[in-house]
Amino acid sequence: MTALRHPGLWLSLGVPALIGLWPIVTQNAANREVVFTILMSMVLASSLNIFLGYTGYVNFGSIVFFGLGGYVGFYLMSAQGVSLVPAILGGGTASGLLAFVLGRAILRLRGAYFALATIGVNEAARAFINNFVPFGGPIGMSLNFAVYTQYGGATHALWFAYRLLLILTLGVILVSFLVKTSRFGLGLQAIRENEDAAEVMGVVAPDAKTWAYVLSAIFPGMIGVLFFFKNGNVEPGDAFRLHASIETIVMVMLGGAGTVFGPLLGAGLYQRLRGLLLVSPIFKNVQLVVAGILLLLIILFVPAGVVGWLRQRFPRLRRVLE
Amino acid sequence: MILQTLGVSMRFGGLQALNRVTIDLPEGQILGLIGPNGAGKTTLFNVINGIYPPSEGRVVFLGEDIAGRRPYRLAHMGLARTHQIVQPLTDLSVMENVMVGACYGRERLGLSAARRVADETLQFVGLGARHEQMAGSLNVAQKKRLELARALAARPRLLLLDEVLAGLNQTEIASMVQTVAEIRRRGVTIIMIEHVMHAVMNVSDRIVVLDYGEQIAEGTPSEVSKDPRVIEAYLGDPDLAARLTGSVR
Repeated sequence: MTALRHPGLWLSLGVPALIGLWPIVTQNAANREVVFTILMSMVLASSLNIFLGYTGYVNFGSIVFFGLGGYVGFYLMSAQGVSLVPAILGGGTASGLLAFVLGRAILRLRGAYFALATIGVNEAARAFINNFVPFGGPIGMSLNFAVYTQYGGATHALWFAYRLLLILTLGVILVSFLVKTSRFGLGLQAIRENEDAAEVMGVVAPDAKTWAYVLSAIFPGMIGVLFFFKNGNVEPGDAFRLHASIETIVMVMLGGAGTVFGPLLGAGLYQRLRGLLLVSPIFKNVQLVVAGILLLLIILFVPAGVVGWLRQRFPRLRRVLE
Repeated sequence: MILQTLGVSMRFGGLQALNRVTIDLPEGQILGLIGPNGAGKTTLFNVINGIYPPSEGRVVFLGEDIAGRRPYRLAHMGLARTHQIVQPLTDLSVMENVMVGACYGRERLGLSAARRVADETLQFVGLGARHEQMAGSLNVAQKKRLELARALAARPRLLLLDEVLAGLNQTEIASMVQTVAEIRRRGVTIIMIEHVMHAVMNVSDRIVVLDYGEQIAEGTPSEVSKDPRVIEAYLGDPDLAARLTGSVR
């Protein structure tokens, strides 16, 4: 595998790995909570990038996979007594299946029509879960505290969840890199640049788009399970927050859509900024306004994002920044 | 016959873009497709290529009825084309553009084999030095060559060339005509839509003339340029026809 010798891969894996190891080395629970949010954003942004960045389709409903996967995994744990790792796999599978079915239906749409359909999907999922009694309807579900004993108590369970998150983060980065540098990824990028021309050249666009959509759904579904496991409860309002989808788009665009490292950088920068805004007395209630303005400014002035801009400005960096 | 269109018609609402066009194309030939603007030439390409299913008639490629088959299936069977209005994959490099052709064309190559084929093809069309450049930064003549390279990298059996000479200067036309002749020598059958008369008359084995969707003439370049209907509909000037026939001889 020549791809594994690419310095761009090691940079993209190395930076999140170092950030992720910091709480483990310091054994500090406060650090762990901060980094948990950052890693989670990296997984969401990196997954969205496979679809938004490589394939060029704007998805305003990416959080639906996080929510649905989280719900399915949570149900498996709370109602069926399944342990965390199989529940994560179940959540990921459920999200992947949902994406496959949805993809077959709405990926015929292009551009703004597809984007609108994805908003509809998020709202439909929320409405469905709100009325779905096995999943607790509008009240949601909560975990019995006793389930934590199989991981050696709540503290250990939280560290266990954190280590799994770190592994999943590195996993999604590896997948993102392999997709980008593969024949499949070349087909996706051809679709992004010009779908009609890509089809004329032989790219089976309906299939390629569906698989990209499925890939971008699996990891969010898995970390949804981790997130709600850590929280101990899940409810529709937490699982299907439309603004979380938009924040993820901001992260991808900020760092650089279509690059491997960009979404990771974007997630880190955005969460740092969000952290600062949330503690500032002026901005704490309007941090989403800042996100919106940021997105507008990026699209107007640096559509390639930080990493994309650096790659254009300094062609030499292309060897390291993938 | 590598390709046959049997009574192919295409209607867009009230507009009859093609009316019962029947073409037989033996393997290894170059067929020139000429006619005034709006005659339906590009529409015929779009029908052969699977962009539009024909309203009536059949298209047979390599012995299979392909009417209504999606463009990517036809690409896998060995059909490649260039576009009249160039369609580069702007933010991908010239190399990557051509690799898409090689990866997803008839041979469906892996990345490293595709890179070799793309490299060869770029040398062949004269873009070898520009393989790292972004496709969007090429000029028009280079983008036309890029389209050609992408189509060739797919190793097609049949190549549809839509005005590859338009917008080129005399020197560029001469070199592109040589390139086209060389492609045919390598065993690729070609249909070319062209407005540059002396070029298409020189390089084609046979010519089909379309006018308002009707197939008004068919034959060797010299037969076609003597046909009174063609002169009236397209060439306009009988002296021009005489000069063109002269150049063929």
